[in-house]
Amino acid sequence: MSTDSIALPRPQEASRALVDSLHDWVTTVDHKRLGVLYILFALFFLLVGGIEATIMRIQLIRPQNDFVSPQVFNRMFTMHGTTMIFFVAMPVMFGFANYLVPLMIGARDMAFPRLNAFSFWLSALGGILLYFSLVGANGLYGAGNAPDVGWFAYAPLTSQTFSRGHSTDFWTLAVLISGFGSIGTAINILTTILCLRCPGMKLGKMPLFAWLNLVMAALVLIAIGPLTAAQIMLTLDRYLGAHFFDTQAGGSAVIWMHFFWIFGHPEVYILVIPAFAFVSEIIPVFSRKAMFGYPVMVAATVAIGFLSTAVWAHHMFTVGLSSNANTFFVLSTMAIGVPTGIKIFNWLATMWGGKIHFQTPMLFCIAFLFQFLIAGLTGIMLSAAPFDWQLGNSYFVVAHFHYVIVGGILFALFGAFYYWFPKMTGKMYSETLGKLHFWLFVLGFHLTFDFMHIPGFLGMPRRIYTYELGRGWDTWNLIVTIGVFFQALSILTFVGNLVWHCFKGEAAGSDPWDAWTLEWTTSSPPPVYNFAAVPTVRSRRPLWDLKHPDDPDWKYE
Amino acid sequence: MNATPTMMSDSQLDGELPSRGHVAMFALIAAEAAIFAIFVVAYIFDLGKSLTGPLPKDVLAVPIFYTICLLSSSVTIHVAGHALGQGKIGGFRTWWFATIVLGALFLYGTAQEWHRLIYQEGLTISTNLFGTTYYSLVGLHGFHVLVGLICLSAVMAFTLFGDIQPQHTYRIDVLSLYWHFVDVVWIVVFTVVYIIGR
Amino acid sequence: MIPTFAQADVHYLSPTNIFAPASTPADTIFGLSIFVLAVTATIFVVVFSLLLYAVVRFRKRADDDGREPPQVYGSNQVELAWTVIPILIVVALFMATARVIASVQKAAQPPNAIEVIAIGHQFWWEYRYPALQVVTANELHVPVSDPAHPTPTFIKLLSADTDHSFWIPRLAGKTDLIPNRINHTWIDPHETGLYLGQCAQYCGTQHAKMLLRVYVQSREEFDRWIQEQSQVAHIGDTASEGQHIFETTACINCHAIGGTVADGRFGPDLSHLMSRDTIAAGAAPNTPENLRRWIRNPDDIKPGSRMPAMELSDRELDAVTAYLTTLR
Repeated sequence: MSTDSIALPRPQEASRALVDSLHDWVTTVDHKRLGVLYILFALFFLLVGGIEATIMRIQLIRPQNDFVSPQVFNRMFTMHGTTMIFFVAMPVMFGFANYLVPLMIGARDMAFPRLNAFSFWLSALGGILLYFSLVGANGLYGAGNAPDVGWFAYAPLTSQTFSRGHSTDFWTLAVLISGFGSIGTAINILTTILCLRCPGMKLGKMPLFAWLNLVMAALVLIAIGPLTAAQIMLTLDRYLGAHFFDTQAGGSAVIWMHFFWIFGHPEVYILVIPAFAFVSEIIPVFSRKAMFGYPVMVAATVAIGFLSTAVWAHHMFTVGLSSNANTFFVLSTMAIGVPTGIKIFNWLATMWGGKIHFQTPMLFCIAFLFQFLIAGLTGIMLSAAPFDWQLGNSYFVVAHFHYVIVGGILFALFGAFYYWFPKMTGKMYSETLGKLHFWLFVLGFHLTFDFMHIPGFLGMPRRIYTYELGRGWDTWNLIVTIGVFFQALSILTFVGNLVWHCFKGEAAGSDPWDAWTLEWTTSSPPPVYNFAAVPTVRSRRPLWDLKHPDDPDWKYE
Repeated sequence: MNATPTMMSDSQLDGELPSRGHVAMFALIAAEAAIFAIFVVAYIFDLGKSLTGPLPKDVLAVPIFYTICLLSSSVTIHVAGHALGQGKIGGFRTWWFATIVLGALFLYGTAQEWHRLIYQEGLTISTNLFGTTYYSLVGLHGFHVLVGLICLSAVMAFTLFGDIQPQHTYRIDVLSLYWHFVDVVWIVVFTVVYIIGR
Repeated sequence: MIPTFAQADVHYLSPTNIFAPASTPADTIFGLSIFVLAVTATIFVVVFSLLLYAVVRFRKRADDDGREPPQVYGSNQVELAWTVIPILIVVALFMATARVIASVQKAAQPPNAIEVIAIGHQFWWEYRYPALQVVTANELHVPVSDPAHPTPTFIKLLSADTDHSFWIPRLAGKTDLIPNRINHTWIDPHETGLYLGQCAQYCGTQHAKMLLRVYVQSREEFDRWIQEQSQVAHIGDTASEGQHIFETTACINCHAIGGTVADGRFGPDLSHLMSRDTIAAGAAPNTPENLRRWIRNPDDIKPGSRMPAMELSDRELDAVTAYLTTLR
């Protein structure tokens, strides 16, 4: 096996070497290669999910449009949501965690390399299975047998009565299988962080990236179980005549909602906490200052992790729960805003008094701060249950969660791509193209998702394949759709920039950003063994200590 | 390319950092506990909601003997691990075998009860809500017992070939954690199904 | 016979604008929403300004000397401040919210309230007025409510199949209709007029065209409407061929027409079909052409609706349409 573990094969090598190289990638257990596999897998499905979104937005560009039939539209929003959550957002976060956590804690690999590989291939199988539904029975014309029950698959719409055929089962099985993969990866991340830290790296000395992925992994362990259980119950209902969600036999539609959202709410924190991790690494480096309030950041994240398990029924405010239940969930949901706000303030304080460099990773993180602030505030609006009785299940909610996932998570993710691309490939991307990507995406994002709030205020529900004339929704939907094309253009720029420079970029060196955590002490890309000698650390910023021997961090921590 | 099968040593802070196997097994147990918790919640939520019979108090018989078997197997597996740690391979073999027998007895008891419920009482998973929640919860647990038994039997096979040595105490310990978890789940299931729910 | 929109709608940007409340639940929510918007807007302005300031003031200058700025690791006082202030804000928001939840969910039903049972179907609405002996579909009529002497309408929400949601933004927040569960909502519209909404919980293929129309009428008009609706169907003599086809084809399996043998409950009650402005839950205006088109092939108007095409010949279609158009 080659020593530069993730460099792609040079084109002029014989095709035999290409087969060997592919074989290496398919059989790898190396955390860096698996990280790259997760990330490439997620990028592919990002494009697919984006196409699904574009189809929906074209259909909604004007009222009573007939670009696609209602059946196809309903499959589109189901596939878009399921793909983006389970086959884009989760894998990409696992990919970055896989790549970076062992490097950042001075370890040679994850705790269980073979489990790591197994987990990845389970997720890959899940993704393929979901899309196999398109050809599963009727073939591609009419979008085949793709599930059309929505990504949260409410009962009893998913029962055999209302969902004949196997489309719902593709949804269930694909998500179930990838759920097992997620649990495997979470076990790996948790064990790696707790057991493989290098000497001197007590829990209070490890990078925030490691802390936040630790909390994420713990959440995965608690949250995926309820979804797995609910899906087993659904399959028992559909095939063995069980009655969990069979309202005609005394079963409950509401209990599906409880089980799903007991998973579903922690799930969104599973997605956003790694985004916080990216931002917590990038902002200090590009502000040239240590993270402000490290212990508070850790405490706030742990608090968010715990609280996130107690807010789920804010997705169910309109279901007719008692006023006591609704009131409790209002309180818990508003409460989780406090530690979240604290984090925003700490990032702000990190920049305060610093020297901010505006390279592409930092641009994306700054936009993250503004946009995540807005997303959090629209979340506070939704947490006031009576306001949610109007805004819930409308385009306001769609705007809110896309503001979090795209405006928050995806922006942070882009920042992470640009920040660690030099480390992973050894090459530097084009800063000009990076900035072009940024500004195009800012424009597209705001055109689409700022204006999307307005149809929500004006009474437009979600998951409708068309809408009536005279509701006052037309102009806003048009603007929302136009934004999509700017986003598409910017994504093309992004992919082109990275792919081109992966092959043709200038050498980046081991530490292009003058950063402070252990991954920047290795070569770019790192050797397969990561560290020639096990590092010893004394503070949270080991490279800072090396670069500033007169003024090391461990004197102040 | 060969995956490195050797144990990666935990860092030089040996003794300060927890062991990988135990941490991972606890993590797996946490995830499994989350799945079981939802089935338990469904069971409790659906108590009294069946539209037709049979009802729990009509057909359920408390499986005292088989419960004692399963819970004793936690004791025997502990004794086995202890024996191995002291180098007593023969003792380990005996107590490990006893664990498997007790676990298999428990599964046999479950099968027997299910046979009676299905063929004599007419209770299946599709009969009513009670049937649904009962078979799924007890069945999920039984499935985990079965998986555990398969792992225990594999270790039994290794033992008979003479491959289990005192240095494997750590791995046996981690596997025993799983078995103890299965027992704890049974205590919960037993309480909910046969005590609270009847 | 289509009542015009209340003229005021023109000023509201949309007939379904949540910020144009016309009924107490929507009013109360509107009040809370203004408070919440004010608080969140203030937070936004403050934090946004600080972020903007930081990004501008602390940018690396062109003449930077390359030295690292002073490293500040934290400050307990600052952390305390920006923990305590948000907690106080949360307490204020929570108390305001809790009060509104109670006032809407725990509102007592006065003895003179109109009682309606709304049953959600894929993809239409069934309305029953049990005390007034009326069964109808898709177009809900309620009396206007004078704030001084309220006559609200209390609606019990049920479902015959999957989850739905009853949402008329100008009248109240949405409440879901869930099978095997009884939910409640209430409205007391202050102005007459037609109020629009639609199903707000994905319920299948034609979720998008499960539209809601609520006609708020003066007490006299409402009583007259009830009077007409509670009678059996008035069938014209000229329609006997259509009636015969209707009653010998599968139509009566799903539809009911009062005073005839048709008493199916799977589809909407058609006894007073021609008193409605729209058909197929608002999917098309109620004209003879649309009626005929719908009966010929419902998928033409609402693809995926639950009514099958009845394979009638042109002559049969004409006859049945003629029959239905006599049902006032």
